[in-house]
Amino acid sequence: MSILVGPETRLVVQGITGREGEFHSRQMREYGTRIVAGMTPGKGGQTALDGTVPVFDTVADAVRETGANTSCIFVPSAGAPDAVMEAAAAGIGTIFCITEGIPALDMVPAVEMVRRAGARLIGPNCPGATSPGSAKVGIIPGSIHREGRVGVVSRSGTLTYEAVQAMTDAGLGQSTCLGIGGDPIIGTTFLDVLQLFAEDDQTEALVLIGEIGGAAEEDAAAWAAEHLRDLPKVAFIAGRTAPEGKRMGHAGAIISGGAGTAASKVKALEAAGFRVANSPLELPALLREAGYRG
Amino acid sequence: MKIQEADAKSLLVAQGLPVPDWEVAHTVEEARLAADRFFASGAEQVVIKAQVLVGGRGKAGGVKLAGFPEQAELVAGTILGMDIKGITVRKVLVGPAANIVKEFYMSAVLDRAAGRILLMGSAEGGVEIEQVAASNPAAIVRVHADPLLGLLDFQARQFVFAMGLGAQLKAGVAIAKGLVRTMRAYDADLVEINPLAIIRELDATGTEVERLVCLDAKVTLDDSALPRHPELEELRDPDEEAPADREAREAGLTFIKLDGTIGCMVNGAGLAMTTMDLVKRAGGEPANFLDIGGGARADRVAAAMRIILDDPKVDAILVNIFGGITRGDEVAKGLIEARAQQTRDVPMVVRIVGTNAAEAALLLEQAQFTTAATLDEAAAKAVAASRGAVA
Repeated sequence: MSILVGPETRLVVQGITGREGEFHSRQMREYGTRIVAGMTPGKGGQTALDGTVPVFDTVADAVRETGANTSCIFVPSAGAPDAVMEAAAAGIGTIFCITEGIPALDMVPAVEMVRRAGARLIGPNCPGATSPGSAKVGIIPGSIHREGRVGVVSRSGTLTYEAVQAMTDAGLGQSTCLGIGGDPIIGTTFLDVLQLFAEDDQTEALVLIGEIGGAAEEDAAAWAAEHLRDLPKVAFIAGRTAPEGKRMGHAGAIISGGAGTAASKVKALEAAGFRVANSPLELPALLREAGYRG
Repeated sequence: MKIQEADAKSLLVAQGLPVPDWEVAHTVEEARLAADRFFASGAEQVVIKAQVLVGGRGKAGGVKLAGFPEQAELVAGTILGMDIKGITVRKVLVGPAANIVKEFYMSAVLDRAAGRILLMGSAEGGVEIEQVAASNPAAIVRVHADPLLGLLDFQARQFVFAMGLGAQLKAGVAIAKGLVRTMRAYDADLVEINPLAIIRELDATGTEVERLVCLDAKVTLDDSALPRHPELEELRDPDEEAPADREAREAGLTFIKLDGTIGCMVNGAGLAMTTMDLVKRAGGEPANFLDIGGGARADRVAAAMRIILDDPKVDAILVNIFGGITRGDEVAKGLIEARAQQTRDVPMVVRIVGTNAAEAALLLEQAQFTTAATLDEAAAKAVAASRGAVA
């Protein structure tokens, strides 16, 4: 079955009438995603994507009228945290926030509201998720995927594409590919995703793409050591050459006080049974070495 | 964005926190005048502190005391112009030296794992908190502000008592709440007071009293929030921002200068770091981290190329683009345009895959660029080109 997105996804796109929102909505639908609604305040009653998708003023209206269960947010950074909270309050179960550049402190109440609503937030500053063969939500190019049984999770955008392309080129298909986002405060961590993959009967191997900063990779490794012992798993960590104390693009990717280094992450992952690649291109071969026969 | 101690103190004062008086001096004369004023108002000594955005200035000799105005002038003269970790000191902070009874540590920081503001305190002030965390972790008191309500009064009281600051309860609570308020008011990642100190001083009636004050201040601001705080943009220190950094920031690029010879231009931060890592693995040294961001157009690509070529050490360039939102043909056009303008001939290896890669490949072929299919191949070719340029 894949995780987070699939044939059961009924998507509302928040910001569907914007430039990015419209472009990527078309791409998502072309890939097979069921887009049931758009949402732009003040444009309720109009339609989007050549008259095929109804637009609502509020997410609550979209949920009531269309049964939307998943949201994808393309709202500018100033309004994105509010868009997340609106989706959670309207009863959306899975919220993808693509928006980048959101002030970190704005996400503190948003993440808390999502938690209280019992919803799941992926991102912000994430590329979304694709379950090859059934649906994609977000901005990952559909062409790089192949249907299969490897779960891929990453903090990055284009680096995810790189790793997925390498898998596809080597004939290794994916169950779900997911970017959790590069910001300091995000709704879903590596650990959360590993738990979802562990329960997914389609996923039979795991690729984790991490980067310097924080301790999310270490936390995930500790859990995997105990619960995913028999699953073939590989990893790649970006930022081995990054200097200490500099913010490497992603607000979360900063090494401070010796914590969050690539070396610390590689060590934790290897101790947990991950084979760690020196280049994304090595991932498929390492996965085979780890015993994956898919 | 990092800001200077004096500016950090101004933000604290604006939020009602107690900070002893200070002045900023750019010359020895200004330092002398400031010292004169503090001695005239009763200071026994003044402290003179280098204003630089790097840590360890005390150890480097950038913080000194002076007992009389002429000495202040001399001391300021030794600190101004001093080199601290590659930064030239251009200004000093001058203030009355405090009569310290006891030093503490207090900070508010964004705890990414918890998704909340974390307040940390310790009775071991004046030393780096990382050092305390390593040697005596139990000495650090922690409390998370409520994600919706902020730091509550009872949390602040518990925190202050646990820090061993019970004798200064009211002042301690006000400062704890003030740090969280400062963080939220300016969208700071970090507000750190080290040392937070109980000092002994004379009140208006000449009676000796003890008071809790912020003796030092370190504030870093969330870059993502700067657009809504235009007034804070003025705190960016032009003396400590290299011209290339400024040009990159204004062009919407994320750029970090490194020491190597291979210039890198990439879309996406994770892929940019990976590209650097693979250059290193192929035996080269990256000259920079450069993320052109999502959806970059030709002009941004041209700006990126100018910035990379401004570094005289660069003798080869690696361009790695995985198009998603970014269109490969736009990047190719930018590269062709940039090469037509460039004054220095440096070998370039280009890899463009993803959205509109076929169109990009055609443009690059017509313009006779060296291309590569995979990231590993691109890194190897760039390193070979760099070696060829050296030989």
